[in-house]
Amino acid sequence: MIRMQPSVESAQSVAESDAVAVKRTLAGERDAYRILVERHSHHVFRLAYRMTRNQHDAEEVVQEAFLRAYQKLGQFAARANFGTWVYRIAANYAIDRMRQRKKEEARKVEPAAGEEGMESDPVSLVQDAAPTPERLTQSLELRKQMEIALAALSDSERTAFVMRHWEGCGIEEIAAVLKSNSGAAKNTVFRAVQKLRLALQPFVGRGTQARAMGTEP
Amino acid sequence: MKHMTEEELIAYREGVAAERAGIAEHLAACEECRAELEKIEAVLAALDTLPVPDPGDDYGRRVWQHIAPRLPEKRVRWWQTWFEPKQLVAVGAIAALLVAAFLAGRISRHDRTPDVIANKEQVRERVLVVAVGEHLGRSEMMLVELSNAEPIDPAQKHVNIASEQRRAEDLLEENRLYRQTALQEGDTGLANVLDDLERVLLDVAHSPDNVTPAQLEKIRQKIEAQGILFKVRVVSKDLQERQKATNPAPAQNNSPQKERNKV
Repeated sequence: MIRMQPSVESAQSVAESDAVAVKRTLAGERDAYRILVERHSHHVFRLAYRMTRNQHDAEEVVQEAFLRAYQKLGQFAARANFGTWVYRIAANYAIDRMRQRKKEEARKVEPAAGEEGMESDPVSLVQDAAPTPERLTQSLELRKQMEIALAALSDSERTAFVMRHWEGCGIEEIAAVLKSNSGAAKNTVFRAVQKLRLALQPFVGRGTQARAMGTEP
Repeated sequence: MKHMTEEELIAYREGVAAERAGIAEHLAACEECRAELEKIEAVLAALDTLPVPDPGDDYGRRVWQHIAPRLPEKRVRWWQTWFEPKQLVAVGAIAALLVAAFLAGRISRHDRTPDVIANKEQVRERVLVVAVGEHLGRSEMMLVELSNAEPIDPAQKHVNIASEQRRAEDLLEENRLYRQTALQEGDTGLANVLDDLERVLLDVAHSPDNVTPAQLEKIRQKIEAQGILFKVRVVSKDLQERQKATNPAPAQNNSPQKERNKV
């Protein structure tokens, strides 16, 4: 699991420095906002990419998140952490972007009769799309299956999984983004992992077997 | 023995289980549940190998360049910024200059004829001219030192510019105040140069403590590209001229000592 774990001291000094930059921005120093943008862009990009699985969309999410944060800066509570706040704005916008993307794709490809509801069934998606092992290496195949399995999660599930598993966010924070309570947020994390497991375990097992046999590069 | 459910194992693995200690105890004793947890972990570990593209070191800068033109100005009264805690230091310095100018005027008032006593406007401008002149001198010195910075030990791969960085931070605070004051006074020429200087100071203040020779070269190029040293020198010269012009004319009954000093 990849999580950013800055020391308590450095996290505190960053938060203090952020608070000063926020105050200056609110006082009319637009350039002070640049410090916040440059400091948090990479972090927000990582979240946005993991949620959208698309670099172009992720970059759009980052820009929009900082624009929205600037516009709402007056509502930002000085005691809160700017990084966490902009992160939440980005997660919300990423959810909007993912929904928008799905609508665009749905318009491009009209689903055939009886295909409704397939999206929530990652196992069927994975099996349908599974290439033959002869055509691809095990690792490439697994990667493709992982992309498919993640794409098959609902927006809420993917958001909850990305925020909890990869970004190490607290359940309360995830609940705030999903506009639900902590119990529901925990349940969403569980459903996401369960679906991913169901979709990927056969491929992970195969990969493990291939490694054991020395056939995987 | 009652086994753990999948939900409990996932919650345990993702660190959101309420009964962590109880699950850990059970896992220590139950091989079947441990094997189940390992399967979950294998899937999650595989997912962790999915790459995230690196947007590059200058990504933050690029994001700023994209959004900066779209950010509306936040309207605040100019004097509000003077009461920011960090800026109070610079405000204090200016206030001290004003007091000094006032006292100097009171002390020398008896020696002057009424037509040579500087009026309030002149005193104010003189104070600004002196303070900004000193500020520009300090900025120039810092930028020249930064341009000539080299590693202490030639074998070192990095150049430490922490000292210049701290000075740039302090100068940045003063610079903002002088720029705002120049704008209030309608001195747009001075305000523009201070604005250019502010951008350079901002870059230096936000550079890392230790820079590679390549990074330092970039900073130097930026300083040169903006011609900031030249602009600073021209404005400093102009301010010196203004300082002379705003100084009161020498009194007619100068003492011999003053006459000697003039030579």
